[in-house]
Amino acid sequence: MTSQVQNPELPDETDAIPTASEERIYVASQLQLMWWKFRKHRMAVISAILILLMYVVAIIPGFLAPFDPNAHNSGFIFAPPQPIRFVDAEGNFHLRPFIYGLTGERDMDTLAMIYETDTSQMYPLHFFVRGASYKLLGFIETDIHLFGIDDPEGDVTMYLLGSDRNGRDLLSRMIYGTQISMSIGLVGVLLSLVLGIFFGGISGYYGGAVDNIIQRLIEFLRSIPSIPLWLTLSAALPSDWTGLQIYLGITIILSFVGWTGLARVVRGRFLSLREEDFVLAAQLYGASERRLIFRHMVPLFLSHIIASLTLAIPNMILSETALSFLGLGLRPPTISWGVLLKEAQNVQSLALAPWLFLPGIAVVVAVLAFNFLGDGLRDAADPYAR
Amino acid sequence: MNAPETLLEVNNLKKHFPIKGGFFSKVVGQVKAVDDVSFHIHKGETMGLVGESGCGKTTTGRTILRALEPTSGEVWFADETMGRVNLAQLDRDKLKVARRNIQMIFQDPYSSLNPRMNLLQLIGEPLYIHNIARGEALKNRVAELLQVVGLRPEYMNRYPHAFSGGQRQRIGIARALGLNPQLIICDEPVSALDVSIQAQIINLLKDLQAQFGLTYLFIAHDLSVVEYTCDRIAVMYVGKMVETATTKELFSRPLHPYTEALLAAVPRPDPRTRTEPIVLSGDVASPANPPTGCYFHPRCRYSDGKRCVHETPVLREVRPGHRVSCHYAEELDLKGAVPANVQEKA
Repeated sequence: MTSQVQNPELPDETDAIPTASEERIYVASQLQLMWWKFRKHRMAVISAILILLMYVVAIIPGFLAPFDPNAHNSGFIFAPPQPIRFVDAEGNFHLRPFIYGLTGERDMDTLAMIYETDTSQMYPLHFFVRGASYKLLGFIETDIHLFGIDDPEGDVTMYLLGSDRNGRDLLSRMIYGTQISMSIGLVGVLLSLVLGIFFGGISGYYGGAVDNIIQRLIEFLRSIPSIPLWLTLSAALPSDWTGLQIYLGITIILSFVGWTGLARVVRGRFLSLREEDFVLAAQLYGASERRLIFRHMVPLFLSHIIASLTLAIPNMILSETALSFLGLGLRPPTISWGVLLKEAQNVQSLALAPWLFLPGIAVVVAVLAFNFLGDGLRDAADPYAR
Repeated sequence: MNAPETLLEVNNLKKHFPIKGGFFSKVVGQVKAVDDVSFHIHKGETMGLVGESGCGKTTTGRTILRALEPTSGEVWFADETMGRVNLAQLDRDKLKVARRNIQMIFQDPYSSLNPRMNLLQLIGEPLYIHNIARGEALKNRVAELLQVVGLRPEYMNRYPHAFSGGQRQRIGIARALGLNPQLIICDEPVSALDVSIQAQIINLLKDLQAQFGLTYLFIAHDLSVVEYTCDRIAVMYVGKMVETATTKELFSRPLHPYTEALLAAVPRPDPRTRTEPIVLSGDVASPANPPTGCYFHPRCRYSDGKRCVHETPVLREVRPGHRVSCHYAEELDLKGAVPANVQEKA
């Protein structure tokens, strides 16, 4: 307030022509101010780019994954990651990256597979190689992959992140898992947004008995421990459902629990905005209820809602992972990070195939990125706050 | 009371807020924020409504406009288009018409402007809603309004964050003027501003009144502001009207002990006058649990301890145009504000 007072007050004095940069700020809409503020939050910008990349991965997994995620190879179970190399066994540097092949042999005492790196043959990596066919974006039939080794027969293995107990390529599986894991958060959050804005809006705008009933309902839902609730609900999903149906079912279950927090945020915003003078002013000069809500109230809290949505997505991702890990969410052959982690659930994999935990890193990165992005958005949502 | 001249007449207006408590939100009491308030405003004058914080001034203003539903009472408004109407009873559609002619200026210049709208949208929205102007005509009208309140029309594309408190208040005034109202309720329009800026806004309001023949209900707690702006003043205490008179009369010959105490608290920028401030003991009575009899008696230094405690005084006309609610209005010789009209004091 004090800084405001020092501004020139008299209309005559304000005739001083503002500099171009000042004028740019004066005529900037809130959206522009937010963008300017958001840009300064470097972690948030990096996270936003990361998240964007993850969604690109989710849209075109077939192109990015070198193999079919369900192609198994019984000769190469629990194969360790094969690193991408630039320097060969003799110490020569190669500009084109390559991998060495693996030879597997079963140790007849322990029955474990023993893998040796076969340095006799280099397999250079190429872009846009032909491999397993898939449908790009769900309808374009193609067999071109972003990268791979030129190996039309498919005898050479390329497990960049190792293989699982059926000899499936973990990298390809993680890339395919991105699709479900990243979208379940988005779809779940959108569903809870609809529920949250609807119930929170009624609750906050009309108040009174309706508000009371909705708030008690929210308290009731929140008082149920979430894991038993999920267990009950997912046990109720018919066992003969397809993977897609289960996926939708899980999304609805997650948002059914998740909307309550959002509804409270929306209600609180409505309650505080209802008291703002400009809302009263608009009411007095004859603005309709619809205009009041959608022109004077919703735009003011939408940015906050988007920020809290972003912060809610990681919860959804974690919930899906937790449910699938417990074996109650998605089930194979559906691939999600949680499903992949379920395979790392035993001592054997801990001891013999620690790379099976890599999907966990993907979860951590996604969750952290969403948290940073949400943080940046929340800061930017209120351009006047310091 | 001269009927044709009266623009707004408020009769026995009451606004009670229920106090809810307990598990099932039972009503356990009433906050009598506005309790039986009556006054009237003539066309073209400025009526001041003064009192301490929480005495119901703002609630009175909002109840008149039906921003809050009155508990009971009448608000007669001489509407340009519909004639004399009781705002307290109007249905939605007619209320919308009447509200075109009554606008409001708010205390907080920060809360009263939507930060998401630029000046064109802010000032233009009432005109747009009432189908007065659209498109290019709307822009021209907004530019005109901006000039009227002393802002440059080029500012039209700016957002409120580009303006200081005083400028924002001008924007609020421009918005209120857009619909050519007959009455503007100024809810403490200068209380949130610096003293130097207060003067500018008050002078602007006065100029606009002369230019457009406006009538103001001026809600304030600063008596020196009210003395300068208002033709007549109504003093409120705990939801009740204790005294109304012309500004001159009220300042020179207050008839209520509360008014006397308020006047004694007005600072006078004159080193030669020595006023003894009247210190009111105790707190303002709670409108949820007001004292018996005269609400002011626990703090009144003239209280007799009998009649004042048991009998509620009514607002009565003691001198022409000077109404007061005090049992001893005639007997008490109260001091007015010192330098104002000394010659009349005899």
